[in-house]
Amino acid sequence: MKRREALFGLGAHTAALALPGLLLPSQARAEGGARAWLGATIWTGDGQVIEDGLLISVGDRISVVSKAGPVPGGAEVIDARGAIITPGWVATETALGLIEVELEATTVDARPRRGLDAIRAAFSAADGYNQLSTLIGVARREGVTSAVSSPEGGLVSGTSAWVDLVERFPEPALVRENVALHASLLETAENSRPGLLSELRDALESARLYARSPQSYDQGQTRELSLSVLDLQRLSQVLGGALPLVVRVARGVDILRLFKLAESYQLRLILSGAEEGWSVANQIAAARVPVILDPMRNLPMSFASLQARRDNAVILGAAGVPLIFSGFDAYSAHNLRQLAGNAVASGLSRAAATRALAFEAARAFGQGADYGLLAAGRVANLCIWNGDPFELGTWAIEVVIRGRSASTRSRQTELFERYRDLGQVPRGRAGLPPSVRER
Amino acid sequence: MGLDPPLCRGMVSAMRGSFWGLVWVALACAPPVTRGDPATPTTPALPWESQPAVVPEVESPLTAFVGGTLMTGLGSEIVDGVLLFQDGRIEALGPRQVVSIPPGARVVDVGGRYVTPGLIDAHSHMGVYPLPEVAAHADGNEATRPVTANVRAADGFWPQDPALSHALAAGVTSVLVLPGSANLIGGQGVSLKLLPGRSVADMKFPGAPLTLKMACGENPKRVYGERHTAPSTRMGNVAGYREAFQSALEYGAKFSEWQAKHQSWQKKASAGGKEEAEPAPSMPTRDFGLETLLGALQGRVLVQIHCYRADEMLGMLALAQDFGLKVRVFHHAVEAYKIRDVLAARGVGVATWADWWGFKLEAYDTVRENLALLTESGVRAVLHSDSPALVQRLNQEAAKSLSAGRRAGIMLDRHVALAWITSNAAWALGVDNQTGSLEPGKMADLVVWSGDPLSVYSHVDSVYVDGQHVYERALGGGRPSDFELGQGLELRVGAPATRSPTEVKP
Repeated sequence: MKRREALFGLGAHTAALALPGLLLPSQARAEGGARAWLGATIWTGDGQVIEDGLLISVGDRISVVSKAGPVPGGAEVIDARGAIITPGWVATETALGLIEVELEATTVDARPRRGLDAIRAAFSAADGYNQLSTLIGVARREGVTSAVSSPEGGLVSGTSAWVDLVERFPEPALVRENVALHASLLETAENSRPGLLSELRDALESARLYARSPQSYDQGQTRELSLSVLDLQRLSQVLGGALPLVVRVARGVDILRLFKLAESYQLRLILSGAEEGWSVANQIAAARVPVILDPMRNLPMSFASLQARRDNAVILGAAGVPLIFSGFDAYSAHNLRQLAGNAVASGLSRAAATRALAFEAARAFGQGADYGLLAAGRVANLCIWNGDPFELGTWAIEVVIRGRSASTRSRQTELFERYRDLGQVPRGRAGLPPSVRER
Repeated sequence: MGLDPPLCRGMVSAMRGSFWGLVWVALACAPPVTRGDPATPTTPALPWESQPAVVPEVESPLTAFVGGTLMTGLGSEIVDGVLLFQDGRIEALGPRQVVSIPPGARVVDVGGRYVTPGLIDAHSHMGVYPLPEVAAHADGNEATRPVTANVRAADGFWPQDPALSHALAAGVTSVLVLPGSANLIGGQGVSLKLLPGRSVADMKFPGAPLTLKMACGENPKRVYGERHTAPSTRMGNVAGYREAFQSALEYGAKFSEWQAKHQSWQKKASAGGKEEAEPAPSMPTRDFGLETLLGALQGRVLVQIHCYRADEMLGMLALAQDFGLKVRVFHHAVEAYKIRDVLAARGVGVATWADWWGFKLEAYDTVRENLALLTESGVRAVLHSDSPALVQRLNQEAAKSLSAGRRAGIMLDRHVALAWITSNAAWALGVDNQTGSLEPGKMADLVVWSGDPLSVYSHVDSVYVDGQHVYERALGGGRPSDFELGQGLELRVGAPATRSPTEVKP
């Protein structure tokens, strides 16, 4: 640990070393230039580990991931011995970018503010995503490089967007909008389970009718449907599985009932929450449904999760269910790696825990060709750690998004720096410190 | 005929409303006057004056932990140590060569493992907001008036909250259960030991001082503002505290006056020796809320204030100065780092999280280095949970805060992180003379960890409270609450067992 701190404490990414047999780095870390990390342990993201590895990025993509070997001329070489490189984490089921201060309604774009219809399929996170939200820097600092920014509330909340947590503006953050439709079958004060399911069935039935002939609908030849045309269009995309449907559900018995519904409409499900998922692990595995969960949720928080237990992820993982970890809270997206560490402590394999932070999310949300894996051709979203990233005493030395070193500063960093020396903080008539007076 | 004051207190409440009853109690409760010394009549006791609590003895077998790393919670550790405890108390600890194991001791091999004091959560709502979270369980906010100093968390506490055994399984042995933050003055908190019991009385931390919960900022003004009653602004908040403490001062003055009158009556009565002595001056009507506030003003009741913003904390300290109030700890206090010089100078503690932030505007200025900065500046810093989920990972949250500080160049020792959740937290509850550290004479509240307690991979192997072995991971975890029984599926507390039972007979 000490050795690593000595190596990386001062921003090792600037320390290009002359290694035998290698070409020296070109002077510029020009945009689009090649960068090579040499000597690190590389966790590729699918569970494989390469000791003494070499990772090269060119432009916004990864070009090489292998055992250490020759580096092409012109690449900036970074001595990464002692470090661990992982894919950048992916936050899912999060309102990251849609929410600034939860209790201030005007800063919340994760749900409509009025007219709370239960079904808001046309509500799109992409329309509200704010890449300048202060929450994003806080998450990025802990290795989160992408998010499935998701709406919340209601029975059908709307669609999510895949974003990269870029820092520059107006560099586009949005990678793809409408990556999944999100719904919730959690018990509410407004509706019961049969009520929710019948409403969802009715919506899907309406969408099916609409999809059969949008033309007849437009010409008024269809029976009256209670949903808007935009809702119907979006809902019709989940029929047959073109668009995944993420469903928040907690009880084991509710999961089985949902599977029945999914069968009738050939939905491509992603389960979310699934506190009692372990009790139907084999059924979930057989249905080949990925599960987004928080492996630290072990308490009977509600009557829907009386059977929550801390080895939920372990049991699901053992059954072969693809796992995706989420803290379900935009403000704690930075804690993804703590979730993984706790899952490993409970008995999940390190490989499965690693896959749960990026790889499985990329696959489930249709981004598997570009994200979630450190491999040639993928987007160069990665993080370089000064030790085991699942441990609590380590941190990110460098976060790379689209091949470029991204800032690990946040609004919190600026507050810290302002108050690092209290002598520099003004205190009215008691005196202004020199730095303030001079302005 | 003097009765002991706690009994008097019971009598007074039982006889409230009866004038002669009060007189009788006042007489009965007055300490006996020594015959033949009429010149120095004794002052009658005030109802809230009581004997110092006696901590009852407990029995537990003489036990020796042998071979592990003993982290004391006070900034030091003993490698390859021995820790002896018996009858609920730590008897000795030190390196193996120094502390000999008495014959007959139960020996527990903790080689390769870590021993720490039992963890303490200085901010909990377990039992008053128990699980599952349903309407019937909302017993933590008497949100019908903004000042309810008369209510006590103990009276809303449900000892069958499933969260309790999970917290114990995570190495937490003591908690401060507080009323919520809907009210300016929410009522009394209660310090508990996480020993299972049939009522809150079974769990009360013996000898712990009373605590008072107060709240600043958004919560009270939102709760009452939405009803268009005071307070609806921060101005209204402060006006509310001032009114309440002024009433408490006046209440105290009334009793002092009665005490003086009673004294001179007694003097007259014993000097004159008349047959038809005039009746004793009657004690003013008791107000239990004002009594608690008066206790806070007198320093008997430890003041715990929910307060996020730096400027509001300074405002509360100014108010405290006006009234002679001593603030024990600011809770949540995400901006405490901005005023850490003042907090250090005033001896005010801070209990906060590692990284909770942003959910409301007054929580917007969190920095991850808060605990590290406070510690560096000499403030008594505590890591609290405020959550049945987080209380299970106090060690992890402390590790995160330590790491955040180091990342920013504040190179604190790892023992500091343990103090945040042990000795410093004990101080917040006012029980640091009893628990929170490994020292001879302290309560044997102990945790054996499978590895470094600051590692995410470490498990709690064993927990002892008052020397009693209350949790053992290898034996399948803890005791589920009554609520959890018969819910249809196997329930387990704690991690799956991965090691064999650890007890070794000598």
